Amino acid sequence: MSYKIAIASGKGGTGKTTVSVNLFKRLNERQGTKVQLVDCDVEEPNDIIFFCDAEVIDVQEVSQKVPEIDSEKCTFCRKCVEYCEFNAIVVLPTVSFAEINPTLCHSCGACSVACEDDAIIKYYKPIGAIHYYKTKENNGLAEGKLEIGSTMQTKLIRELKKKISDQNDIIIYDAPPGTSCPVVETIHDSDYLILVAEPTLFGLHDLKLMVALVREIGLEFGVVINKVGLGDNDIYEYLVNEHIELLGEIPFSKEYASLYAEGEITGEIPETIHQSYTEILDTLNLKMMHHEGNHHFKW
Amino acid sequence: MKTVITSSGENNSAQFDKRFGRAAWFCVFDEETKESIFVKNTNTNANNGAGTKAAERIVDMNVQKVISGDFGPKAKDLLDKFNVQMVIVQDNDVTVQEIIEKLKA
Ligand code: SF4
Ligand code: SF4
Repeated sequence: MSYKIAIASGKGGTGKTTVSVNLFKRLNERQGTKVQLVDCDVEEPNDIIFFCDAEVIDVQEVSQKVPEIDSEKCTFCRKCVEYCEFNAIVVLPTVSFAEINPTLCHSCGACSVACEDDAIIKYYKPIGAIHYYKTKENNGLAEGKLEIGSTMQTKLIRELKKKISDQNDIIIYDAPPGTSCPVVETIHDSDYLILVAEPTLFGLHDLKLMVALVREIGLEFGVVINKVGLGDNDIYEYLVNEHIELLGEIPFSKEYASLYAEGEITGEIPETIHQSYTEILDTLNLKMMHHEGNHHFKW
Repeated sequence: MKTVITSSGENNSAQFDKRFGRAAWFCVFDEETKESIFVKNTNTNANNGAGTKAAERIVDMNVQKVISGDFGPKAKDLLDKFNVQMVIVQDNDVTVQEIIEKLKA
């Protein structure tokens, strides 16, 4: 069983990617631990830019089955319309018209079951690809990359997660920004969730939305405050009042920001930032040990 | 010629409903007989595709014109395909009767 850590934030630009990549690169400090990083931000996967020596080892296409109605065979009985829960099918017997709207279709297959006249044809439409990379550290990076124009983010993330081996000791999921379905798909089965937030007014607003979502799912989580020193102290008050664990604080550093821009986030990092990650890792290690312990007891 | 007006209630004095797919009722007004009948919209609670379903219903009733506040892109495509004219009324505070009066004029 792998220990799954998801990393998310209420909005983009909080440094979620940096935190994910840094933790990934440093989590193998425990000897023999296999760690894999999974970039689930399928609309804009960018973890890869921090691995200049990564090599692509495999690419797998992911496609979606989409139905179409053959109007030659269709008898306009409207049975498929009744079966379709997503209102994706329009059948107008009076004008001999039958059509499936691909943007409403969820590929559930119910219409094929409904149709007794063999009028539903299926074809495969690409929704994206999964790229596997070998990295210098650890057990590599896997990323999902959405086909331009596809709206099947959630499905692609589901397929991506299915492909990740349970032989890993630790899996890190880098979630898309926001609080929508693709985010839920990424984080819902994680053992621990890290929310990355900025200490600003907007940062706090987005964090609150995220916390509401995470509490509804019922996940164990903690907060990492990034760019400390940029904003104000409201976020700390919020965390205390809500009894939310503060996992760590990463100071804002101009010098570091320019390293980031060059894709150099783990080489020569300032000592203060290095220290912050060490603290976060210590806490995470404790959580994992606790988790393992619980599992052994259950045995 | 038949016209559909999206309505919040089941009679002519009801308030016009600006939502096309989620309007509670469809008032079908016949310009020849000057009579209107009310058809309940069964898809008001659909998560998705309410507009498409409403458009399907309207094409099926052989209507030539629809008066509503706002048509989604999918509903628009379907209504266009079957040459149903779409008329947008932006006035919130108007009854179905008042719209019918304008049609008669
Ligand atoms: S596959 Fe499912 S969602 Fe798609 S048209 Fe058929 S019944 Fe509807
Ligand atoms: S169930 Fe088959 S035959 Fe009937 S309307 Fe649908 S596609 Fe046509």
